Amino acid sequence: MLLTVRTLTKAFPGTLALDGVDFDLAAGEVHALLGENGAGKSTLIKCLTGAYLRDGGAMALDGQPIDPRSTVEAQDLGIGTVYQEVNLLPNLTVAQNLMFGREPRRWGLIHTAALRTEARALLTQYGLDIDVDRDLGSYSVAIQQIIAIARAAALSGKVLILDEPTASLDAREVEMVFDVVRGLRERGLGIAFVTHFLDQVYALSDRITVLRNGRKVVTERTADLGRMALIEHMLGRALESEVVGQSAEGAGATTQPMLHFSGTGRAGAIEPFDLDVGRGEVVGLAGLLGSGRTESAELMFGVRPAQTGAARDADGPLDLSSPRAAIAAGFGFAPEDRKTDGIVADLSIRENIILGLQARQGWAKPIPRSEQNRIADDYIRRLDIRTSGREKPIGDLSGGNQQKVVLARWLAMNPRFLILDEPTRGIDVGAHAEILRLIHDLTDAGLSVLIISSEIDELVAVADRVIVVRDRRHVAELSGERVTADQIMRAIAATDADGAAA
Amino acid sequence: MSLLRRIAPQLVALLILFALVSVVFPGFLSVSLNDGRLVGPVIDVLKRGAPVALLSIGMTLVIATRGIDLSVGTTMAICGAAAAAVIAAGWGLPAALAVALAAGAAAGLWNGVLVAIVGIQPFVATLILMTMGRGIAQLITEGCILTFSDAGLAFFGSGTLLGLPVPAWLWIVGGLGVAALMRRTALGLLIEAIGINRRASALAGVNATVLVIAVYVAAGLCAALAGIVVTADIRGADANNAGLWLELDAILAVVIGGNSLLGGRFSVIASILGAMIIQTIDTGVLLAGFPPEYNLVIKAVLVLMILVLQSPRIAAEWRLWRDSQRASRAAAERRQAS
Repeated sequence: MLLTVRTLTKAFPGTLALDGVDFDLAAGEVHALLGENGAGKSTLIKCLTGAYLRDGGAMALDGQPIDPRSTVEAQDLGIGTVYQEVNLLPNLTVAQNLMFGREPRRWGLIHTAALRTEARALLTQYGLDIDVDRDLGSYSVAIQQIIAIARAAALSGKVLILDEPTASLDAREVEMVFDVVRGLRERGLGIAFVTHFLDQVYALSDRITVLRNGRKVVTERTADLGRMALIEHMLGRALESEVVGQSAEGAGATTQPMLHFSGTGRAGAIEPFDLDVGRGEVVGLAGLLGSGRTESAELMFGVRPAQTGAARDADGPLDLSSPRAAIAAGFGFAPEDRKTDGIVADLSIRENIILGLQARQGWAKPIPRSEQNRIADDYIRRLDIRTSGREKPIGDLSGGNQQKVVLARWLAMNPRFLILDEPTRGIDVGAHAEILRLIHDLTDAGLSVLIISSEIDELVAVADRVIVVRDRRHVAELSGERVTADQIMRAIAATDADGAAA
Repeated sequence: MSLLRRIAPQLVALLILFALVSVVFPGFLSVSLNDGRLVGPVIDVLKRGAPVALLSIGMTLVIATRGIDLSVGTTMAICGAAAAAVIAAGWGLPAALAVALAAGAAAGLWNGVLVAIVGIQPFVATLILMTMGRGIAQLITEGCILTFSDAGLAFFGSGTLLGLPVPAWLWIVGGLGVAALMRRTALGLLIEAIGINRRASALAGVNATVLVIAVYVAAGLCAALAGIVVTADIRGADANNAGLWLELDAILAVVIGGNSLLGGRFSVIASILGAMIIQTIDTGVLLAGFPPEYNLVIKAVLVLMILVLQSPRIAAEWRLWRDSQRASRAAAERRQAS
C-alpha cells in the first residue's frame, strides 16, 4: 500500500468528525471517497494534507509513519491536493502558476526562458498544448483544473487528492479531466477522488470507500459494488427493513388540491416539472445532494425566478417572481443553510420571530412591543425553544433552537404552504423528533408542507407523497403505499434506462 | 434608559473633552446672552459642528446597512452650488431650498441604485460620485465662487432662532426626528436586519432593495442640508472647498458613536455626539492656542485615544484585570481570616 491510514480520529467541539477511520490507497489506483454531507470526507482529506492535526490514529506513506503539520509539509512528503475551486492565481501566466515557488533561476533571478520551457514540457505530458504565457484566468475552468492537477502532481508525485474537481464542469470537460487522471494512474500515483456524482465514480474509480457519520462503512472494489448497494451504504439503510410512513395511511384521497405548478423550470437549475400540492399535505422531495432538490424549492419561492411554467391556486395564477411575492401568496421558506440564509445572527429571538411579520406589514406599521413580546413568548413556549429569554441574540442558540426560531418566524405569518429545506440538518436527536412532530401538528391544522431531506427515514415518516429528484429532473413520484425507503432508494439509484420502468 | 446606556461612552468622552479644553482655555464653558442670542465657545461648537452632525445622521443609516457613502462631501458642494445658482437667478428662497434638496435626493438615488440594483460595492459606487461630483458643482458655479446676498438663504447659515444658531437647530431637530422615525416605526429593525444579513432578511420578505436605496437617499438629503448650511454661512458657493473631506469626518463621527462599520445595530444620537466630539476637539485645539501646525496631530491623537478606550477588546481586558484583582484581594482576605 502506498498510503495507509489506521483508526484515524478527529473531534470537534460537540461532534466526532472522524471515528476510527481506516483508509488504504494503492499506487496506481483511483479510490473514490463517498458520503453525504457531514460524513467526514473533508475532515479525512484535511487530516491527510496537514490542514487539520489528527487527534488519534496513524498514517503511513510507503510504510514510513508520517505526521504532516501543514499543507506544505504534506506536499513535501508527496501528498498533493486539488480542490473544487481552482486555487491558483488567475492573474499570473500558466507558466508562472505551474512553477510558482520553484522557478528556475539564473544569477539569482528568474530564468524566464527556462520557466517557459519547463512549463511547456510539463503540460505536454498531459496532452495539453496551450500558450503558457497567457494568464491562467483566460482559460476555461477545465483547463485550469488540469493545470492545478499538473502542478499538484509535479510537486507531490505520490498521492493526489481530488476534492470534487468536476463540480463545475460540463460532460466533455469532465472527460478531459478524467483522461488526465487516468494518465496519472498509469504513472503509478495513488489518487483519492471525492465526488457527489455516482456516474463519475463508476466511470473512473477502481475502489470505493464510503464514510457515514464519521465512520468508515465499507471499502470495496468498484466492480463488485452495485449502485443500489452503494446508495444503501451512503444513506445508511438496509432495504429489508421497510418502514411504512405513519402518515401514509389513507392519504392522497382525502386531500383537496390547493396549488398547482406546471412546467416550472430554469435552465441549469432544474428541468421543468409539474407539481400539485393538496391542502394539509406533506410532499417530500428526495434525492442526492446536488440533484436539484434545493433548486426546485428556490423556484417555487421566487429566490431564483422560474424561466418557464406557471403556478396557480383555486383563485387563479400566482405571482412567484420574488420572495416577497411568494410571501404575499401565502408561502414560507426555511432555507437549507440556516446560518447564511435563515437567521439574522445579531438580532434577538424576538426580533427574528417578528421580522417576517413586520416586513409584510410594512415599516410604517410597527408591531407594538407588547404584541412582539406576546408572539415571541408564545412561540418560545409552543416550539419549546430553549433559551434564557426572548432578548437573547439568536446566534447564541444551538442549531436546533435556531431552526425552531426560523420556523416560528414563518408560523407567525400563518402561511398556507411552507417549504422546509433540510429542516433537521445538524440538529440533535431530541430536537429532530420535535420538529417532525411539529410538522405533523401543522398539517393537521391545514398547512401544506414541502419537505426536502437527505434522510429517507425522515421523509417516510412525515411525507404523504415523495417526489424523487435526480440529475436536475423530477424522475419519480411515490404516494400512499409506495412511500417506502426501499422504493425511494430504488428511484434515486435507477439509471435513466430503468428509471422509466420504476 | 437603554438609550442612556448606549450613548454613555460618547457622553463621558464629551464631558472629559469639555473638562480638558476648560483647563487649557478657562472660558470654554461660559455662555452669555447677547442681543437675544446665546454666545460662547460651546455655542460655536454647536454651530460649527452642524455640517458633520447632519452628514453623520445619513451616514449612520448607510453604514447600518453595511454600506458606506464617500460622496456626501461632494454632494454638499453640488447642493450648495445649486441653491446659490437658483438664488442668483432670482427664483426665490423656496425654489432654492427645493432644488438643493432635490439635487441631494438625486445624488442619493444614483448611489442607491448603483449599490442595491447594479450591485457595485458601496465603497466603489459612491467613489464614482465623489470624484465626479466636484466637477458637477464646478459646472453649476461655472468655475468661480458664486456669491449672493439673499438674507433668507443666509439665515440658514448665520441666523438665530430662540437664541440658538439655525444650523444647530437643523441637526438637533433632524437628528432627534430621524432617531424617533427609526425607533417609533419598524425602519430601524428592518435596516439593522439588512445590515446583519441581507440575504436572510430578503428571504424573510424584507424589501431590502428599496430600503438600501432609501438610506442612500436619506444620506443625500442630509448632505443637501449640510451644503445649504455651509453655502449660507459664507454667502457663496465654493465648488472646490465646500464639504471637502467632510465625508471622512462623518464616517469618523459614526465610528466614534460606537457603530460598527460592518453594519447592524446603530444609534443616530450616538453618531451625532461623535460629530460633536470631533468639533469640540477642533475648536478646543484652536482655542488652546497651539501653533496651527499641531492641530491635526493633536486631533488625531485624541480621536485615537477615544477609539482605543471604546474598543470592546480593551473593555474585555479591563474587566478581566478587574476580576483578577478582585479575586486576588478576596483570596488575600480569606488568608487573613484563616
